[in-house]
Amino acid sequence: MPIPCCGNPLTGKCYHRRRFFDTRTSFRACHCRVYRVSMEPLQQFREEVRQWLAENCPAAMREPINPGEQFWGGRNAIFSSEDSRLWFERMRERGWTAPEWPREYGGGGLSPAQGKVLKQEMQAINARAPIFNLGIWMLGPAILEYGSEQQKHRFVAATLRGEIRWCQGYSEPGAGSDLAKLQCKAEDRGDHFLVNGSKIWTTKADHCDWIFCLVRTGPPTSKQQGISFLLIDMETEGISTSPISLISGESDFCTTFFDNVRVPRENLLGELNQGWSVAKFLLGHERKLMSEMGADIPSVEPASLPMEYANGKMADPELRRQRVEYDMLMHSLRLTHARVLDEHVAGLQSHLPLIMKYLGTEAEKVKGELLLAMLGSAGLGWEGEEFSVSQRKALRQWAMSKTLTIAGGTSEIQLNIIAKRALQLPQQPT
Amino acid sequence: MSLVRNEEQRRLQETAEDFLRRNAPVSALRKLRDEGDSLGYSRKLWQEMAELGWAGIIVPQQYGGLEFGFAGMGALLQASGHTLTASPLLATAVIGASTILLGGDEAQKDTWLPGIASGQTTLALALEETHHHDPLGVELSAAAQGDSYVLQGRKLFVADGHSAEQLIVAARSSGAKHGEDGISLFLVAGDALGVLRKRTIMADSRNAANIEFDRVRVPPDALLGAAGQGWPLLEAVLDRARIALAAEMLGNCWECFNRTVEYLKQREQFGVKIGSFQALQHRAANLYTELEMATSVVLQACASVDDDPQQVALLASLAKAKLNELSKQVTNEAVQMHGGIGVTDELEIGFFLKRARVAMQLFGDSRYHRDRYAALSGY
Repeated sequence: MPIPCCGNPLTGKCYHRRRFFDTRTSFRACHCRVYRVSMEPLQQFREEVRQWLAENCPAAMREPINPGEQFWGGRNAIFSSEDSRLWFERMRERGWTAPEWPREYGGGGLSPAQGKVLKQEMQAINARAPIFNLGIWMLGPAILEYGSEQQKHRFVAATLRGEIRWCQGYSEPGAGSDLAKLQCKAEDRGDHFLVNGSKIWTTKADHCDWIFCLVRTGPPTSKQQGISFLLIDMETEGISTSPISLISGESDFCTTFFDNVRVPRENLLGELNQGWSVAKFLLGHERKLMSEMGADIPSVEPASLPMEYANGKMADPELRRQRVEYDMLMHSLRLTHARVLDEHVAGLQSHLPLIMKYLGTEAEKVKGELLLAMLGSAGLGWEGEEFSVSQRKALRQWAMSKTLTIAGGTSEIQLNIIAKRALQLPQQPT
Repeated sequence: MSLVRNEEQRRLQETAEDFLRRNAPVSALRKLRDEGDSLGYSRKLWQEMAELGWAGIIVPQQYGGLEFGFAGMGALLQASGHTLTASPLLATAVIGASTILLGGDEAQKDTWLPGIASGQTTLALALEETHHHDPLGVELSAAAQGDSYVLQGRKLFVADGHSAEQLIVAARSSGAKHGEDGISLFLVAGDALGVLRKRTIMADSRNAANIEFDRVRVPPDALLGAAGQGWPLLEAVLDRARIALAAEMLGNCWECFNRTVEYLKQREQFGVKIGSFQALQHRAANLYTELEMATSVVLQACASVDDDPQQVALLASLAKAKLNELSKQVTNEAVQMHGGIGVTDELEIGFFLKRARVAMQLFGDSRYHRDRYAALSGY
């Protein structure tokens, strides 16, 4: 698609108004004509999308989603309602569970600009995501990038049909931020690998069908060079899981144990001992996801808490100040999210995606502390009827926010990456 | 609205950065300072900038302007922040032009806009009367006498006030202090009888003045808009000024940051580049994330002036508050990370530090804009 001359590809409005600036030739005519011609199909696409959504997105799927109502897919998946099933199936038919992926693997085949239109139109009616799945958010892009044709057809297509729920096996008890030290071992036995070891922070592993795993295929000291990327069926003999209780009271994560687990060789993604490249590629997607986390589940917002007012202002000046600082932070963050998308559509190379996980998760912590500050002792209720649902929820949310700046690469690791890749600062001698 | 500058805006920014680095680098500001230049900027440079069309970026073509829009103006000011170029760009091309455009009648537009666009006419907004930004606190009085007005009072911290040909004076023609009713804007010649201008030598080596108005008689056609109804006009002009200044501050911050990161890659201590120390890497990386967020805010704020008038006020306060805080943080870190040389006058970082402090007070400090953002948001 040609790059428009004007700044506003979606509203069809010209920024610079008939003229265009060039210091060498003084004035030239704007090529808005080119712009209108190239943008018309997009406008038409928007209208089609809007109409299709109006006809196909059930009313209940435009309501805020509650925990437990998400559809995660998988062998044991259940829909929380008939509308949820309808909505998923209709989106799946159009390939819009992964709008920008190739059609041949079940995606929608949309361009980035069209993908943005769909996203905007879904947001405009508060449409829920039809499916929640790590296989779409994270693994899918890696299979499309590194997988064999057979793997793409087998795994990507099935994931988009909602048949596989994935979890991730990266960290180990002895390998957290220093992931390259992982020890979970996969012995090469020709037609299969024999896996022994354990993985920690495997998200909902006790509910998942498949796990994508980093395993040691080189010698124990081989660091990044001896790691491979395996896809493992959770029903294979020798796998067991054990949930981990968190400070939030949730058990979103498990420890997963592998005891002489046989994994067919065809489940190796990418080359042998090249798993680190796949993992890095995929972590970028996880961070993007983490930076957007909480976008779907409605959380308790500071703005929703009842506050005392005096002369039209929040009566407590210190809380008012904390709240306005938080609001300005979130406003800036929303604009930056939008800018990531705009740069993607414009095809610009940028370091912007690198910073989103750090900013988004740190902001969630600011929110958690603000909620407690505003609620006072009313925000400290762990359970029981003396506290309202939203008060208890605020406390759990506060506790949960602590997880976010650790999972998926701690904030400190994020800053290391930004220093290295965006700022190109010299690396520490090791 | 898009948060990516289009091709023409990017080209304008690149051309501007290139032009300013060649013709008005920080060393030019140092020279103006050291020579005690009475104008405080180079008239020749301003003429060249005007010939490039920069004085008339937001002026409609029928008055000889480029009509390029505010997003283009933002790109230009951001470029001028990189070089700390002293020029009437903000006071005249943004504030002066916006005031006449939004508040002037046809005759006033015909009189003033062509001169602004050609770089001949310079203006300055005379607003503040106390040491903190307080636009509703106007007390300088405008008393009607026949069909003319007599101005009496004092203005402080008037950017470009010592040299501007015309002063835009915020006066109170009726109503009480801090009331919205009763504020009027007048155009007064800088050399009018009864106007006494005292140039103030400020930290940033730029141009400002304190100005006395002693029984200054102005004709009826000096009034912009209706008498006593100037508040909405003043707010609209101030919001444009805040957004434009935030764009300049963004350029200042990026330049200061880039120079500091460069220094971290050059300077060696303990046998290694100091940029390899994680303590410094994390501070630099954190600043980078703040800079990128501020960039998004400034882009959106500039675009909103062209495309989304309803959002301008909120985004102006967001942009000014963000850039105030960021400027403080970036310039302080820049000095600290440069170590000993960072506190010398020889290093140009000090010029960025000082310009940042002046810009932080101009058109509202963080406290003012946090309060305004909260009020606009309904709390």
